Amino acid sequence: MNRIAENFFDLAVMAKYLPSIIDGVWVTIHLAVLIVLSGLALGFVLAVVRAFQIRPVNWLIVLVVDVFRALPPIVIMIVFYFALPFVGISMSGFVVAWLSLTLVLASFAEEIFWTGILSVDRGQWEAARSTGLGFLQTLRDVVLPQAVRLTIPPLTNRTIVITKSTAIASVVAVQEILTQASAAQAFSANTTPLTMAAIAYLIIFFPLVVLSRWVESRFGWKR
Amino acid sequence: MEALIYNFFNLEILLKVHPLLLKGFWMTLQLCLLVVPLGIAGGLVVAVAYSFHVRWLNWLLIAYVDFFRSFPPLVLLILVFYGLPFIGLEVPSLIAVLIAFLLNTASYYGEIFRAGIESIGRGQREAARSTGLTGLQTMVYVVLPQAVRNVLPDLISNTLEVIKFTALASVVALPELLRMGRVAQGLTYNPTPLIAVALIYLALLWPIVRLLSRLERRTMAKR
Repeated sequence: MNRIAENFFDLAVMAKYLPSIIDGVWVTIHLAVLIVLSGLALGFVLAVVRAFQIRPVNWLIVLVVDVFRALPPIVIMIVFYFALPFVGISMSGFVVAWLSLTLVLASFAEEIFWTGILSVDRGQWEAARSTGLGFLQTLRDVVLPQAVRLTIPPLTNRTIVITKSTAIASVVAVQEILTQASAAQAFSANTTPLTMAAIAYLIIFFPLVVLSRWVESRFGWKR
Repeated sequence: MEALIYNFFNLEILLKVHPLLLKGFWMTLQLCLLVVPLGIAGGLVVAVAYSFHVRWLNWLLIAYVDFFRSFPPLVLLILVFYGLPFIGLEVPSLIAVLIAFLLNTASYYGEIFRAGIESIGRGQREAARSTGLTGLQTMVYVVLPQAVRNVLPDLISNTLEVIKFTALASVVALPELLRMGRVAQGLTYNPTPLIAVALIYLALLWPIVRLLSRLERRTMAKR
């Protein structure tokens, strides 16, 4: 028991490295917020573009979305960070992490929004069009409001999973929580900083997980 | 264009490093064959235990599930990998990876199975019990088969995520596909192996992504 306290909950180590972990927390939150904003927006735009049913455009969207859903995020980040510079595209670790996870979230979000749009009955489209609404008006005022409600629970879950993946940014040298904790662990030869990282993630994400449960019961469909 | 081919699709390099990549591929496959069944078994235990509706037990199970859903899997992996030696448990990296992934995936699979079991009406259980089946038999022969069918898309989706997670094991030096790709890149100073790794993941996972898109559309349309 003493051993666990010494190696995982060493108060002196905690006090010493708290500031750097907190620095990491801000980077993680900054990165996560940017990813959520750009990822959801891009996903939404892609789904709306797809609704226009222009063949070649749709093929392109489906291709990109499939690729970013199939590849592990860590593989995407490593390719962006370690392979792209060889063909003249260099990005900082932060930009790589932001871009990779934005593309991943956008891909999942597009798929979810699109499924939502499809779930609105054809008759609704036809009825709206026959009252004289244009295509865009129908999409905006009739279809999307119904579609979006259906997409809230899966979107919440997916967004949480992907924002958690910001920990992978430690692989491309972003100074987020895990990077800070690993460095501190190496300096102090003690696991306590990793415990602190775990607690930091718990503080950030536990409320979100509980929120997702509530969202599920509020917006979810009883099967 | 030439630079692109030389750096990303260099056959000479690929020929040289393909034994490494092949080795990594087998490791990834083995990892999947261990992690996925372990996670499913763990998830089933969680969900079946939950279905007995013992109040204190259910609080405990929800706490367990939400706790591990709040952790980035990478953080859990690193904590287990670097933490276990400090409490005197020297384990090979494969075991550390399995422990971390079991904790993480069991909670996700558990949530899915729980939703599945709850989707089966009470009457089914009562009918099964009244024909003389025991509680366990009712669960195995009556409830679970229907429950699994109801949550099949979620199960496949989570399995896809779990397979993608295995790439995280590269961070703790487990010689799986991504790790081997990076080793090969280091040896040749050419990113072709990384591109090859990405393409292998794509070939492996794209069919699952396609299948999922179809299943999800079908279930959503049914609601």
